[in-house]
Amino acid sequence: MKIGVLALQGAVAEHLRMLEEAGATAVPVKKAEELADLDGLVLPGGESTTISKLMHKYGFMDALREFGSAGKPIFGTCAGAILLAKQIQGQDECHLGLMDIKVERNAFGRQKESFEVTMPVAGVGADYPAVFIRAPYIVEVGENAEVLAKYDEKIVVARNGHYLAAAFHPELTEDARLHKYFLEMVKEYRS
Amino acid sequence: MVQVGTSRVKKGMAEMQKGGVIMDVVNAEQAKIAEAAGAVAVMALERVPSDIRAAGGVARMADLGIVEEVLNAVSIPVMAKARIGHFVEARVLESMGVDYLDESEVLTPADDLYHINKKDFTVPFVCGARDLGEALRRIGEGASMIRTKGEPGTGNIVEAVRHMRTMMAQIRKVQAMSYDELMAEAKNLGAPYELLEQVHQTGKLPVVNFAAGGVATPADAALMMQLGSDGVFVGSGIFKSENPEKFARAIVEATTHYTDYELIARVSKGLGSAMTGIEISKIREADRMQERGW
Repeated sequence: MKIGVLALQGAVAEHLRMLEEAGATAVPVKKAEELADLDGLVLPGGESTTISKLMHKYGFMDALREFGSAGKPIFGTCAGAILLAKQIQGQDECHLGLMDIKVERNAFGRQKESFEVTMPVAGVGADYPAVFIRAPYIVEVGENAEVLAKYDEKIVVARNGHYLAAAFHPELTEDARLHKYFLEMVKEYRS
Repeated sequence: MVQVGTSRVKKGMAEMQKGGVIMDVVNAEQAKIAEAAGAVAVMALERVPSDIRAAGGVARMADLGIVEEVLNAVSIPVMAKARIGHFVEARVLESMGVDYLDESEVLTPADDLYHINKKDFTVPFVCGARDLGEALRRIGEGASMIRTKGEPGTGNIVEAVRHMRTMMAQIRKVQAMSYDELMAEAKNLGAPYELLEQVHQTGKLPVVNFAAGGVATPADAALMMQLGSDGVFVGSGIFKSENPEKFARAIVEATTHYTDYELIARVSKGLGSAMTGIEISKIREADRMQERGW
C-alpha cells in the first residue's frame, strides 16, 4: 500500500514516519503528477493559508478533486481538515471542498491556549493522545458524515465515506492507531 | 487531563512551521502582504534588523501598538522579539497572545549573563545559535525552536551558512561518536549531556532548526534548505527589496521547491533588486549582533 503525504509545507516527516510504522509505504508528494500511483493521501498539519496557496500554484486543486472523486481516501489533520472541508466558518470560499463538514479555524484560541489531552476516538480507542495546536474544530457534519470524536462538546474527528478529518495532530505522538485506522479505510476502498 | 504549554505542544507548533517562511513585518499592511504571499508566520517588529542596525542606540521590544495591530491583521501565527534575558518583556508579549517569542540578539541584550528560563512559559520560544553547543544550551533552557544567528540586517548569507554548516558537522560528529566520548564532548561544547545524548541517538537537533540572519534572495533560501534548515526566517530581505510582494512569493516558492532549479530560476526572474548587502568585515566586531548571548 502506497500512501502520499502532501509535502508543500508542514509536518510532513512526522506523517511519513507514522504511516511507515502503521505498515504502509509512505512518500512525500511535491508535484501533482506524483499522485498517480498512490492508494491514499494525507494532508498534513501546517499553515492552511500557505499550503492552499501552493496547492493552487502547482495544480493540486483539480488533481486532488479528481483523486478524491476516483474513490481514493484522503486524511486531513488540522490544516488538512480545513483544506478538505466544504465550508469554512466566516469565509465564502472553501479550499478542496471534498468533505461534507463545516470547520472553524483557530477555534480553540491562540498558541498559549493550545493543549494536549487523552480522549476516546470511536473505532480507534478510549485513550487516544490528542495534541491540539491552534486547532480548528468541526462545527457540523453533513448527513452522510459520521462523528468519531468530540472534545468539550466540539467535533474533532469525523469521517465522510473515504475522507477522514482530525482537528488535532496524530503525527506528533508515538501512537499510530489513527494512521492504522486510515490504512484500513484505504484497504476497504481498494477492494 | 488537559494540559497547556507542554513541551510537545510548544515543539509541535514549530513542527507546523516546517518548510515555510517567517517574515519580519512592521505594520498591519506588511503583515497582510506577507500572509497573502504565503508566509507561515510573521514577526512583528518596530523596525526590521537593517534599520535597527542603522538607527543604533538601544533596541527594545517593539511598540505594543504595532504588535496588537499585527495580531489583529492576520490569521497566521504572530511572533515577536524580546531582549535576551528580559523575561518581563517576554511575559508582556505572552499576555498579549503572541504565538511565539524570539529571545533575540537583534535587540540589545538586557542581561549579559543569563538567558530567559523559557521552560516557565506557556508560549514557545525560538532562539539563535551559532553552533551545536549554543543550540543545546538554549534548548536546555526551554527553547522549542532554534534558528541560526547569521548576521541580521546585512543581506549577507555567509554567517548563516557558516552557522548551519558548523551545527550540521557537529551533529554528524556527535552521532558517530562512541558512548564513552559523549561526556567529554558535552564538556567541550558546553552542552547539557542528556540533550547531546539525544543528538547522538537521533542524528538531529531535538527541535526544529530554521535559517536566519542574512537571507535576501530565493536562491539564499534554497541554499539554507539544502544545508539542512527546516525553514527560513527573512528579516530585512523582503520589505527592503524593490518589490516586496514578488520577493515574498518567490522566497516562499524557492523554500518549498529548494532543489528545483528551473523553478527557482523562473521565480527569481524580474524581481528587481534585492536589499543592499553589507560585507561582514566592514562591521566592527562590537557591532556584530551574533556575538550577543553565549
